[in-house]
Formats: sequence, C-alpha cells, structure tokens
Amino acid sequence: MSLEQSYVLLIAIFTASACALPGVYLVLRRMTLMSDAISHAILPGIVLAFFLTNNLSSPLLILAAAGTGVLTVVCVELLQKTGLVKEDAAIGLTFPALFSIGVILISRYSNNIHLDLDTVLLGELAYAPLNQLRIGGYELGPVSLYVMGVLLCLNLTFILLFYKELKLVTFDVGLAATLGFAPTLIHYGLMTLVSMTTVGAFDAVGSILVVALIVGPAATAYLMTDGLTRMLIFSVTVGCMNAVGGYFIADVFDVSIAGAISTLTFLVFGLVFLVVPQRGLIAIAHRHMRQKWEFAQTMLVIHLLNHEGLPEADEESEIAHLHEHLQWEPTFASKVVKYALNNKYVSQTATRLSLTDRGRSIARKALVQ
Amino acid sequence: MEYFFLLLQNHYTLVIVSIGAALLGTVSGALGTYAVLRRQSLLGDAISHAALPGIAIAFMLTGTKTHLILIIGAAIAGWLGSLVILSIVRLTRIKYDSALALILSTFFGFGLVLHTFIQRTGNANQAGLDKFLFGQAATMLKSDVLTIGILGGVALILMLIFWKELKLLIFDEGFAASIGFPIRSLDFLLTSLLVIAIVIGLQAVGAVLMSAMLVAPAVAARQWTNRLSLMVIIAAAIGAFSGVIGTIISSMTTRIPTGPTIILCTTVIVGFSIVFAPNRGLLSNIIRQMKNRRIFKRATRKTVLGERVQHESNSHVA
Amino acid sequence: MDTKATKAIEVTDLTVAYQETPVLWDIDLDVPPGVLLAIVGPNGAGKTTLIKAILGLVRPAAGNVLIYNKPYAAQRRIVGYVPQRGTVDWDFPTNVLDVVMMGRYGSLGWIRRPGIKERELAMLALQKVGMEDYRTRQISQLSGGQQQRVFLARALIQDATVYLMDEPFQGVDATTERAIVTLLQELRENGKTVVVVHHDLQTVTDYFDWVTLLNIRRIASGPVDDTFTSDNLRETYGGRIAFMKNR
Repeated sequence: MSLEQSYVLLIAIFTASACALPGVYLVLRRMTLMSDAISHAILPGIVLAFFLTNNLSSPLLILAAAGTGVLTVVCVELLQKTGLVKEDAAIGLTFPALFSIGVILISRYSNNIHLDLDTVLLGELAYAPLNQLRIGGYELGPVSLYVMGVLLCLNLTFILLFYKELKLVTFDVGLAATLGFAPTLIHYGLMTLVSMTTVGAFDAVGSILVVALIVGPAATAYLMTDGLTRMLIFSVTVGCMNAVGGYFIADVFDVSIAGAISTLTFLVFGLVFLVVPQRGLIAIAHRHMRQKWEFAQTMLVIHLLNHEGLPEADEESEIAHLHEHLQWEPTFASKVVKYALNNKYVSQTATRLSLTDRGRSIARKALVQ
Repeated sequence: MEYFFLLLQNHYTLVIVSIGAALLGTVSGALGTYAVLRRQSLLGDAISHAALPGIAIAFMLTGTKTHLILIIGAAIAGWLGSLVILSIVRLTRIKYDSALALILSTFFGFGLVLHTFIQRTGNANQAGLDKFLFGQAATMLKSDVLTIGILGGVALILMLIFWKELKLLIFDEGFAASIGFPIRSLDFLLTSLLVIAIVIGLQAVGAVLMSAMLVAPAVAARQWTNRLSLMVIIAAAIGAFSGVIGTIISSMTTRIPTGPTIILCTTVIVGFSIVFAPNRGLLSNIIRQMKNRRIFKRATRKTVLGERVQHESNSHVA
Repeated sequence: MDTKATKAIEVTDLTVAYQETPVLWDIDLDVPPGVLLAIVGPNGAGKTTLIKAILGLVRPAAGNVLIYNKPYAAQRRIVGYVPQRGTVDWDFPTNVLDVVMMGRYGSLGWIRRPGIKERELAMLALQKVGMEDYRTRQISQLSGGQQQRVFLARALIQDATVYLMDEPFQGVDATTERAIVTLLQELRENGKTVVVVHHDLQTVTDYFDWVTLLNIRRIASGPVDDTFTSDNLRETYGGRIAFMKNR
C-alpha cells in the first residue's frame, strides 16, 4: 500500500470515528434529520468562506460553515416556535432554501473559484491527499488528516467532559433543566460540533454521505446494546470497520470510496439487524416459534381455569370442541393439547381436559403478570 | 435589451420549460399537502435520494436515457426505500428519523457507487444521469413535459377519486379503519402518489431539492386557509407560480440554475405567508395580542372598583 | 340459538398480545342490547385494546367477537366508534361540520362525496350535542370539551346500533360531561347499546347500568348493582381503592 493510500485510509477512519460519536446522541435524541439539514445548509457558508480564504480546508472556512449550520438549527427552532409549522416541515423548508442559495452562488461564480457542486455534494476521498500541509517547504501530510484528527479529538473531549450532562439532557430534558444543567447550552454545543464535523467531513465524503457516517454506525450500535458507553464504543468501531471495508471495496471495483462506505454501512446495519441476539430478526423469529407453543399452552390452561367449576366447564373442556372456543385450527389445537399433556399441565379424563395443580398455578401466574 | 433578445431567441425552450415547471409545481404542491399534514415532510427527501440507484440500474439494464424508463427505475427504488424505512421502524427500536436518514444517505451512496461504476465503463451515454442529481430544468424537452403531464395528471386524478378516503386516513386513521377503509391500501396509494410526484421532478429540480417542492407550497398554503380543498388548490397554485417565475428569472440571468431559483421563489412565498397571512400569520397574531392587551387593561381599570365590591359581598356570603 | 340473539356484543375467549406480552387474556364478555356499559380497570388493563379488538383494529391471538351474531366486518354499518381525542391532529385544515360529516363516509362508499343530505344530518347531530353555532369553526379553535362533542356528533351521524367510546370524559369540563351523560342515556332509551371506556370510579353508579371490570382478564361483568362491589374492585385494582370503603 502506497503512502497516499494509507493516508486516504487514515482520513476515512478519522472521519468515520469523528462522525460516529455525535451520531449516537442524534439517534437517541431523534434529531438525525438535523444532521441532514445541517450538511446541506452549510453550503452557502462554505462558498462565502471560500471566497475569502480560497482554501477548502482552512479553519476559517470550517468555522464559518459551522456557523451556518448552527444558524440552520436556530432557524428550524424559530419556525417551529411560531406554531405555524411542524418540526419536520420546518426542517424541510430551511435546508433546501439555504442549499439553493449555495448552489446559485457556486454556479454564478464557478468561473472564478475552484469549487464545484460535485465536490461539495459527493466529495472525493481519493483526492484528499493532494492537499498537503506545508510548513517551511516540508510536506507534513494531507490537511484533511489534520482537520479530521482535530475534530475527532474535539468530539471525544466534549463527550468525555460532558458525558453525564449529555446523558441527562438526552434522557430527561426537564430534569436537566431543573438541576441547572442548561439543556439549551448542551444542545447548541452538540449542534456546533455536528456542524463542524460535517464541514470537516464534506471535503472527504460530501454533504449527503456524511449523514450515512453520522447515523449509520450509531443506528447499528443502537441495535446491539442497551448501554450508552457501549453504544458509543460500538458506534465508533462499526464506523471504522465500514470505512476500512468500504475503502477496499472501492479499490477493487474502482468506484467512489464514500459511496462504497455508505453502501457498506447499510449492509452492515442490515446484517446486524438480522443476526444480533435478542433483538435481531432471526432471534425474533426463533423466539416466536418457541413461544408460540408456550403461549398457546398458557392460553389453554387459562381458558380451562376461567371456566373451572362453572356450569359450562364440561362444554368448554371438551377436547373435540377446544379449537372452536380458542379459534384454533383443529390440528393445531390437538398439537397444543399434546404439548400441554407432555408438560403435565393438564390431564385427560375421557374426552375432557382438566388442569393439574401445576397447570393451575401456571395459569394463575400468567394472569397476575 | 440584450437579455430580452436572448429571451426571444430561446422563446420556444422557455415556454416548454415554463410549462414543465408549472406542471411539476402543480402536482408536487397538491400532493405535498398530504405529506406535510401527515408529518411526513421529509419522506419526500428520502424518496428522492433513494431513487438514485434506481436510475442507475435502469440505465445499466436498458442502456437508454429515455426519460420514462429512468423515471420508472427511480420510482421503484424510491418506493423500495420508503418500504425499508417503514420496516425498520416497525421491526426495530430505531426511530422514524434515524431510519429515514439512514436510508436516504445509504441508498444515495449506493447510487453514487453505481454512478461511478457506469462512468468507469466509459459509456458515452452516461452524461444524462448527472442531471438527476442536481437537476437541469433548462434541458427539458417537449417529450419530458408530456411525461410529466401524463404521470402527474394520473396522480392528481387518483387523488381526486380517493379524496375523502385519503382525507380521513390522514385526519383519523383509527376511525377510518373502524368504518372499513382499507388503511394499508390507502397508505400504499398515498406513498405511490408521492413517489410519482417526486420522480417526475427529479430531472428538473434534482434529488436534493425535490423535497422542498413538496413541502414549501403546502406550508405556505396552510397559512391562508383552514380547508383542505382550498389548501390543495392554493398549494398547487403556489407551486405552479414559483415554477414559472423561477424559470423566467433563471432564463434572464446567465448561470443561475432553475431548480434552486424555483425553490427560493417558493421560500419567499412561505416567508411572506407566515408573516402576513390573515388570522394565522405572525403579524395578525401580534396585532391581536396588542388589541387584547388594550381591552384587558381597560377592562381591569374599569372593574377594579366593582370587583372589590363584589369580592366583599362574596366573602360575606361565604 | 334464540338466546344468542339477545347479545349485542359477544366476546369469546379473546386473547390479544403485543409481541409476546399478553394485553388481554381469554376474555369472555356478553353485552345485552340496550345497556349503557362502562369498562373499568387500572391503567394498562387493556381497556382500549378491548375496544380496538371488538372493532377489528387489532388482531387477536385467539378468540372471537360477534356483533349481533355476525363478525364485525359484516356489521360495520351498525357500529359507531369514538376514538380518544388525543389520537388526531386538531390543527388539520378542516371545520366542525366537515369532521361530523366524516361519520357518513362509511355508508357513502367509494368515490361518492357527502352532499346536502349529509350536511343536514350533520347539522342535526351538532344540534344534539349543542354545537350548531360552531359548525364553521376551525377545529383547532375548540376547547377539549367541544372537540369531544364534535367526535360524539360524528358517531351520532353514523346512526349506529352499537356505540364504542374510548374515554369520552377525558379532559372535558363539567358542563360537557353532563351533556355527554344525558346524550348517552338518551341513546340507551332509544334501544342503542353504548360501551364506554371509563376512568372515574366515583361516577360509575350514577352514569351506567352495566359495568365490566377488566385487568388483562375479565374480573366481572354485569349490572352495576351486582357487579360493582368492593370485592370485585379489590380484585381489579389490587386493593388500592380506599375511597370505595363505604360500598
């Protein structure tokens, strides 16, 4: 692997990790669409700052664009506060407007600047190493690497410092406010970080696929665990794996790296969704099969218990008629009866079923829960 | 004068593009009303992004750039995307917003992979795919406008036929189910109508901005009326109007793309509506508040004395 | 078979489960025609689920529901449903009269729109709930009690034989509550069967003549005087109802 390739890989890993961290909080706070809005709406900020700096990776540009991102959040919230527009519509109004301004600025002045829509929207990771950090004539590595490295450190520091506050604000805004943790401040802190990370990342992966990097790993991690710390760790791990895997897929098929990473993000999400223990599709199906019998058996004993000692008990406990009362297929009903007989929950006298002591206690227990 | 000359020269193209933009605005304005009222404003965004791989696959399979074929590919992919979103929400703990963002970005990413794959194979024909990303209203042909008109017309007619069913579905799904409306089929219909509205606009407005064509006119229209039928009509009119105005503005100036101009026109109308609309608008709200305060002040001043008397007599009774 | 005709609603062995958690267990319930029935039970007892299961809105894991001896799908026309007020978006662009007319959508069938006849029926229903002056009012400008009256009017216009109402007294003012009770009792006088999910134990004896006590399974069901006993209530609520001592 050439030096350039390892640079690209390293940038991909840094970007994925930097995005995966705040993504966890966005997913938990149901604000992922805000990242979509921010990533589009920062375009005019990028363009305007680019007019001033003429450098896509300058810190000033990142700050200016991040400012636009926060402005978007403010706009959306103000629109919502009027009570005239619902949240989803407020987002759907704000970012296309800002994005349109950016597109018009780019098209209008694209002759004068080296900034085209493709780069902004799609990014091209492969070109990232071309922009080298030069100090005193020495090439010290790609600028993107440093930018993403700094952003990763920033995000990590913010989350480590305010772990408890972020958790509280995410879980219970009201409590956080009464305890004096300034939820608004934490909220905007997080949004500023998301904006800055998005700006830093768009250079590499473009403004739409950055959403995949933010949401994908966090959503995948959310399927895997119940703990917040573990979710953060899983999110970063999944993000890095997607980045590395996507890089090599893109290398083999000679396609867009960012595109390959986000495609893989979806595939990994789908795979985890299938196989993850307990919550996965396979686990659910398996449990369904197992519980179907348990459940039917419980229904049977409860049915018997409900009519026990009552005048209609004889009629209700007749094996041949059970399927009618419980609305089961006759074959299914006889299988359930066999299952329950095996477990000694019921006993058979002539053509009728009656509860055993064990069956009765199971039925009672089921009713109490 | 120079502009005017240019305008005349491009007269035929301008008329075609204007008609196309007006049709698009009408269809997406009317159908966007349902999306906004159902709080699914951003579903359109997801569908338009998710449509991209469909366009690429349709091209790879058929090798043509025929508008209709690419549109069908886009519709299938967009539909699939919205289906996956619903399944994720139904089967996992992932919430609607995350599912939407995930599908939006990853389907788009897959589209990009296919796009670069097509580029690599060096198919000279691939140039036509670009416009689905950013939109190129100016290249609209008469046949494209015809496709938009027919598909959009079908969508609008379906909307009118199932007017009261769709209305009840959005307003009160539980009640609609209780009187025997087939909720799933109606849901399917509504999503299909949205998909149609979106895919016919992709070429002109682009995947990124298409959702605003749905959302913005509806939000503006909502401020002016409290009736669904009027809201649909106003939204359609605003969509059509912005389409034409945006097209004309961008044709009069060099290098201003049509799609974003249309979106900005609609946004201006939204801003105007939110501030100035009677009854609901911010301005009329402020005026009402000031009036109320004045009435209240006058009333309290007048009744201070009377109230004291009443208060005393009340306490006397107690 | 003759005895079966005397049942307006007949629920047999109904079990409903969300995922694997049972919400209703093996419910048997007979509702005779012409009663005003309260479904009472603690939070999470499955009251709303029972209503929804009767309406076919949730699929039962087992069991059967009959309305006048036929499954719900065949009897839709004679059933009126009043959902919980909170389930709809009251900022929806429509007015009072229009919402009431939605009650006729079922009998109108596909494509046909409501016309003059529906409008007249809607006005009558609005008069019954004392809301005729509000017919052109945008629904977001109604108070909670007024919204509930509109929902009731929508059910009335269905001209049903059996009414199912989910918490119609939730968050309404005292005047509306009295108006609703009068209306419900009027419906019963006219031979309709009214099933109401109810929260307030204090008013059960005043408002209703039948009661079903529910807590995942059916604790008891029958005329209020026989059924609404402290023993049954203790079994339903687990002994946490000190204020019922005097009964």
